[in-house]
Amino acid sequence: MPETFAKDSVGLVTPQTLHFDEPLMLACGRELESYELVIETYGTLNPEKSNGVLICHALSGNHHAAGYHRVEDRKPGWWDSYIGPGKPIDTNRFFVVSLNNLGGCHGSTGPRSINPQTGQPWGKDFPKLRVRDWVHSQARLADRLGIEQWAAVIGGSLGGMQAMRWALEYPDRLRHCVVIASAMNLTTQNIAFNETARQAIMSDPKFHDGDYTLADTYPKDGLAVARMIGHITYLSGDGMGQKFGREIRSGSFQRGQDEPVEFQVESYLRYQGDVFSESFDANTYILMTRALDYFDLAREYDDDPIQAFSHASCRFLVVSFTTDWRFAPERSREIVEALIGADKAVSYAEVESEYGHDAFLLPIDRYYRLFNEYMQGVSTHQ
Amino acid sequence: MSQINNAKTLSSTAIATGANPSGLRIDLDVIQAWIQPRSRILDLGCGDGTLLENLRDHKQVTGYGLEIDPEQITTCIGKGLNVIDQNLDRGLSNFADHSFDSVIMTQALQTMHAPHKVLEEMLRVGKECIVTFPNFGHWKARWHLCVSGRMPVSDLLPYQWYDTPNIHFCTFRDFEFLCRELNIDILQRQVVAERPFSRLLKDLRPNLFGETAIYHLRKQR
Repeated sequence: MPETFAKDSVGLVTPQTLHFDEPLMLACGRELESYELVIETYGTLNPEKSNGVLICHALSGNHHAAGYHRVEDRKPGWWDSYIGPGKPIDTNRFFVVSLNNLGGCHGSTGPRSINPQTGQPWGKDFPKLRVRDWVHSQARLADRLGIEQWAAVIGGSLGGMQAMRWALEYPDRLRHCVVIASAMNLTTQNIAFNETARQAIMSDPKFHDGDYTLADTYPKDGLAVARMIGHITYLSGDGMGQKFGREIRSGSFQRGQDEPVEFQVESYLRYQGDVFSESFDANTYILMTRALDYFDLAREYDDDPIQAFSHASCRFLVVSFTTDWRFAPERSREIVEALIGADKAVSYAEVESEYGHDAFLLPIDRYYRLFNEYMQGVSTHQ
Repeated sequence: MSQINNAKTLSSTAIATGANPSGLRIDLDVIQAWIQPRSRILDLGCGDGTLLENLRDHKQVTGYGLEIDPEQITTCIGKGLNVIDQNLDRGLSNFADHSFDSVIMTQALQTMHAPHKVLEEMLRVGKECIVTFPNFGHWKARWHLCVSGRMPVSDLLPYQWYDTPNIHFCTFRDFEFLCRELNIDILQRQVVAERPFSRLLKDLRPNLFGETAIYHLRKQR
């Protein structure tokens, strides 16, 4: 094997599939009789089983958070910048667990899986999931791995919502909760964007009301548009401007020329949409965006976030990014204020960045260092 | 735009806090003596968290530090302290009335845009508050202004007037007048002077020889 990986990379990783036979009662009232979760782990579980770190993924994420599946892979996992030997989520110290959530399309049971009762893919009949369903399934995963208490549960965006829900549902099962670029619920504008994305998918003639697999087709174009819409909202206006400006990829504005003009940003967005729609499932996209829309941390606590967080017993780190307008710093500050109101241990940092919501995935010096300092503390008190 | 403002204030607070490290040490001993064990405190402009760390380790306090300097915030996080990225000039409206036993501000009042409002906010949020600031009435400052006719620049106040984080200087007397105006009770006052000469005379004429004052305040009921 050639030594092709950086020293701070976890290198080659192999996903595992875990089967769960105990039925899972879902928030929607339906039950999943059995299910599979695909996971990746990095690092080693210590004998006390106290160094487990759970990574919760966002809307389009999956279990492949770090390292490479094949030597020739061009890109590592989605959070490779922060997971690895010597990195903030240090695999020399932590046993890192990353999974593909239920309803996903990367191997865990979801709309693409076979419904044992019909022998056909679930498709649109797959139960609607809420964030708490993921958290409960993740708790089963912890049981399976022998992890009674996570050193930390960490997530960005939709992943941060899972981390917060963990702190309320299983207060004794985590010591730290890291919530990055997240919110206690979505803004109206956010729901509106999600609905527009869903409509793009559903209005694709190949969607077939969600039963596209049965019709042996796929709403690729609709999903691509949905992703394009999402992608615009994950970047900041300035960031996009700096990256693409009004650069033209082809064509010309010269008078007397009728050649169509294509801006760089158009080609970029189309590329992003294409790549995404080839690897993602339309029903999963609908399911995940609905889970985002429905999430409301304090709903069952009289809509009082302070009351909600009074149930938590872990320490919190909350991070936001200045140009993130999809999960704006104000939304993170609401989390922090509720935590302070509930007299919980919390630190908060608002990181200067031009990368919008996407910043939470990117290597940013200040973010990296404060995250690193926090995680050092997590590992020394395990 | 607000970010630019933030960045400005942020670096200035850092400088102000870092300017007088030895002074901070003496402040610290006094403050530590005034803080009740296991109380809930809020430290405004907590810098690198030295005070909070001491109070946590020696007085078992809980609470939070507010800071806007990125480096200082990271340092606090490294010490396992609760630190919140917050610009004090935006107020404390996110904190409930009397939700802390003590609200502390060391060597930062003079960097605030509206010190009187900050003071009132501190006493709304805290049952008590502790404030420390440098004395502009110190004889060296008076001497400098009197003799050279220029704004004092010394090892105590090392900034030029046009480039200083210290935008609202006051003397001990000024501060006590303000307290009277705002119906604030001064529970305790400790005047600190580190120079031998000043140390000898600070109790006699605090407003002339005191370098730093530490005030323990409460709102009149």
